[in-house]
Amino acid sequence: MQIYLPIADIPVNVFLVLAMGLAVGFISGMFGVGGGFLMTPLLIFIGVQPAVAVASVTTHVAASSFSGATTYWRRNAIDVTLALTLLAGGVFGSAGGVALFTWLRALDQLDLVIGLSYVTLLSVVGVLMVGESARAIVRSFQGRRIELRRPGSHMWIHGLPLKLRFKRSKIYVSAIPVLAIGFIIGFIGAIMGIGGGFLLVPMLIYLLRVPTATVIGTSMVLTFLTMVAATILHAATNHLVDAVLALILMVGGVIGAQFGAHAGQRIRGEWLRLLLGLLVLSVGLRFAGQLILPPDNPYSIRLIGGVP
Amino acid sequence: MRWAFAAALIFASLIGGTGPAAAERLIASLTKQSVLITSNYTGVELVLFGTVERDAADPARGGPYDIVATVTGPRESIRTRRKQRVLGIWVNTQARSFIDPPSYLAVLASRPLDAITNAENRRRLQLGIANTPLPELIHNDIGEVSNDPFRAALIQIMRERDLYSEEPNAVTFLTPTLFRATIVLPAQVPTGNYTVDVKLFEAGNLIAHTDSAFEIVKVGFEQFVVNAARDHGLLYGFATALMALMTGWIASVAFRRD
Repeated sequence: MQIYLPIADIPVNVFLVLAMGLAVGFISGMFGVGGGFLMTPLLIFIGVQPAVAVASVTTHVAASSFSGATTYWRRNAIDVTLALTLLAGGVFGSAGGVALFTWLRALDQLDLVIGLSYVTLLSVVGVLMVGESARAIVRSFQGRRIELRRPGSHMWIHGLPLKLRFKRSKIYVSAIPVLAIGFIIGFIGAIMGIGGGFLLVPMLIYLLRVPTATVIGTSMVLTFLTMVAATILHAATNHLVDAVLALILMVGGVIGAQFGAHAGQRIRGEWLRLLLGLLVLSVGLRFAGQLILPPDNPYSIRLIGGVP
Repeated sequence: MRWAFAAALIFASLIGGTGPAAAERLIASLTKQSVLITSNYTGVELVLFGTVERDAADPARGGPYDIVATVTGPRESIRTRRKQRVLGIWVNTQARSFIDPPSYLAVLASRPLDAITNAENRRRLQLGIANTPLPELIHNDIGEVSNDPFRAALIQIMRERDLYSEEPNAVTFLTPTLFRATIVLPAQVPTGNYTVDVKLFEAGNLIAHTDSAFEIVKVGFEQFVVNAARDHGLLYGFATALMALMTGWIASVAFRRD
């Protein structure tokens, strides 16, 4: 069944877009990531203009992460203090990211920077996650059970001043690294058009030692707050949010996220991290291929008369 | 009576003497003047039909005829970029800006263009994609570059997207003077005003031409969404965000298992 998208200006198959929403929603619910880094390339692949894809995906991610967050809320698996502290840093990061975005676009090199950012971030994060979780799995097979939270193995981060107690996560760390992580996520999110959940989750686990129990729920709260803000900003400034496309995506996405969240709770933490690491790495390699392999057509066109 | 017939003959020969262009009249029309985009729009086909009216006083003259119809869509500037390998990765290194090329261009003809008229006429009358002017911005100057790889790349990409096409057999003559052609508009064509320029050839010479036009517009729900997004961006954004939260909340209630 074909439906014409009013802002994207193309007809799409409703069931195809619904299925894409379901699949990405399942992944986002399972790993606590927004799924923007998967959905945006998929939409571009079916013919949606990149700018419309990025803007509409923010709406989809808002719905999907809100649905996931309510599930975690009922399980009491959200650290609200941590989420709000991260958000405080994220606001300034987003402002800085938008400023850099505008500057790079004026230089005509935005596409390259976005491509390189995707490759670098996804590959590094993917390799780190796969390596760490594989070691954890090997250790668990050898029968030696080693907790992620090792007392006495504190990094320099834990020696910083301005300590705050995050009760739900049972951690006592300085506010400085929390605000810094929020800033980095906001900054990268604004440039790459992603919520940044796939970066936030490992940062919270490895740098702040947030336990797996609260990390996904907290990440979802931050994602949904930033994505609601991004949807409103995109709609008010660029007029590129396709509400029809977003609605089809989010109906699939929220249903998928529910099943994903249940599935995620049944899988052991290290296996979950290995799967997410492999997924992140494969998307990173795909972007690397686009940059390294000779393109089918070295020429490309871009409308410069403005999008209607 | 004989005198009147002679006068008519003289009159007819006088007209004939002033030039063959006055002998034929070209009349063309489209099946639709406006294409409405609704939510089940997946592209549309328009039929162009027309007739060649010969001079009644000289029925023996004329034909066989050829028709070239050029459909041109709204114009919008396009930047064509070329990637080159720099330090192992492919980077856009060069670009050209094309000033207001047509966003849609279909050249429909009754025979291959080079069989209809000679190269000089094709160039002068801007017949076919190759002869359509695509001016570029060169150092703050606007000019035509004929052997430009950027121009060729633009045409190739537009052809791949079915936005530019040249159909040498799209116009069919049902009788020696009555013709029809189907204009295929794929779903991705932009909205706006389109012009259809119809030229009539006989033995390689342009003998008549006429214009027609149609528009592609969004209506109903599609138009409502576009207007809301464009004119009330902030309100539209809040409504979309609220829709997202409602959808998320309904799903989490509907799928509640604990």
